[in-house]
Amino acid sequence: MSRSTGTTVTRVIGISAALLLAWVVVSAFFVTPADAQQGDAVRIMYAHVPAAWVAYLAFVTTAIASGFSLARRHRTLGFDRVAGASAETGVLFMGLALVTGSLWGRLTWGTFWQWDPRLTTTLFLFVTYVGYLAVRNIDSDPQRRAKRSAVLALLAVLEIPLVHFSVVLWRSLHQEASVLNPDGDVRLDGSMLFTLFSGVVAFTLVFVWLVIHRQRLSTLQDLQQGAGLDAAIAARRNEVSTRSVGGA
Amino acid sequence: MDDIGFILASWVITLGTIGLLAFVTVRRARKLSGQIPDDDKPWL
Amino acid sequence: MRQAFAVARKDLLIEIRARLLLVRVAPFALLVLVLFAVALDSEPLILRAAAGLVWLTMLFSVLLLVQRAYDVETEDDALEMLLTSTVEPTQLFFGKLLAAFVQLLVLSVLLVCGAVVLYGATVTAGHLVLLVTTVSCAAWGLASVGTLYGAVVANMNGRDSLLALLALPVLAPVLIGASRATEAAFGSQTIDTASGWAWVALLAVFALVFSAAGAAAFGALMEPEA
Repeated sequence: MSRSTGTTVTRVIGISAALLLAWVVVSAFFVTPADAQQGDAVRIMYAHVPAAWVAYLAFVTTAIASGFSLARRHRTLGFDRVAGASAETGVLFMGLALVTGSLWGRLTWGTFWQWDPRLTTTLFLFVTYVGYLAVRNIDSDPQRRAKRSAVLALLAVLEIPLVHFSVVLWRSLHQEASVLNPDGDVRLDGSMLFTLFSGVVAFTLVFVWLVIHRQRLSTLQDLQQGAGLDAAIAARRNEVSTRSVGGA
Repeated sequence: MDDIGFILASWVITLGTIGLLAFVTVRRARKLSGQIPDDDKPWL
Repeated sequence: MRQAFAVARKDLLIEIRARLLLVRVAPFALLVLVLFAVALDSEPLILRAAAGLVWLTMLFSVLLLVQRAYDVETEDDALEMLLTSTVEPTQLFFGKLLAAFVQLLVLSVLLVCGAVVLYGATVTAGHLVLLVTTVSCAAWGLASVGTLYGAVVANMNGRDSLLALLALPVLAPVLIGASRATEAAFGSQTIDTASGWAWVALLAVFALVFSAAGAAAFGALMEPEA
């Protein structure tokens, strides 16, 4: 009996992700130069930007998988599990993007947080998907869970542009000095650009690896629950039949 | 290197959290995988 | 639309008989207004924050109202009976939406009066049209999101806290838009009437989008289990 959820494909993905990630760390600290304006603080960028990229990729994946899951829900739970696995991974990466972003912001802007439209929208996206995961984690019949969570994921697609637009409008009414744009202000030379790109590829591979494994894990969990239920029903039947024999 | 604390903290948090999630996922999968017959696993 | 009106009438009749709005939600809302004033403890600050506080209170009250509207339905499986008695899911959505909207209108009148009396906000006759439009659009948006997410969490364990976690982020545009527009209607110096109307447009778009989404999603949410 196979003892893990790994296959050849996931092993190849996992090993290349680990190697690439190691290279990104070495390059971020020792190969790339410090930025002219930001100094060494720019080294946070090689973790922050890929994490943010994966977070958004995860939510697009969740939305697409939820659309498929709702369209053909009576056939299979596969799309629902992909949506869930991708949302779990996405929430993690979005949390990382927010934390590294505020550490970076403390160094470059002098504050941990700015009520800038992009940051605010990201925060709302994070909270929205935490709610989505909370709904998924409540025990209920898998079909019902699939339907509810697919509806929620698609509603989030409607919500986010509205939130973003309203925050943009809200901030535009305040006459404040414009926030220093963290990505736009850095002059990227060849090695910096290459490291950033490697980071994006490495984090994407990590994301794919995590989603495949977590999707398989949730399949196992559903199977085990089903098996537990079957066993319980069988045991109860047994009990009832022996009792009725004893009574007669 | 300036601000080494902040920079290191960002990287440690990032890699640590990703590693932790990967570890927890694999461990739980190993535990469950032994209890389910291989015929039920669509990826094999 | 006849079924929708029937559902709305039923919900409102239940509310009138049970007097929940009168004895629980309205006192709660007014209490929150008072507590905000105590917490801020500065009259100019309270006056500046008045519009935002009114809408924050509305947001919390929506959660209470929606919770109640679905608890009544799920207690005796009344929802399933409604659906088996050929009430269309879309009609059911608009019915419940309409009932919540009427209650929210009543509540918002109360809260605006509360802001005028407790916080010293002023509404001139010229700003009355802006205020009424704002309140109607925002209440429709609140009611549609509340009705929709209430249906998502209906029957779930721990649904009270879940509803707040799910619905409040979605309602952020309503909070921002309605607060700014109401600020303009209260005659604030920082926001003029024209941008007040721009916010009303955002509120109207929000209300339309979530009414349409709710009508579309209710079919999937309410269909019997396969």
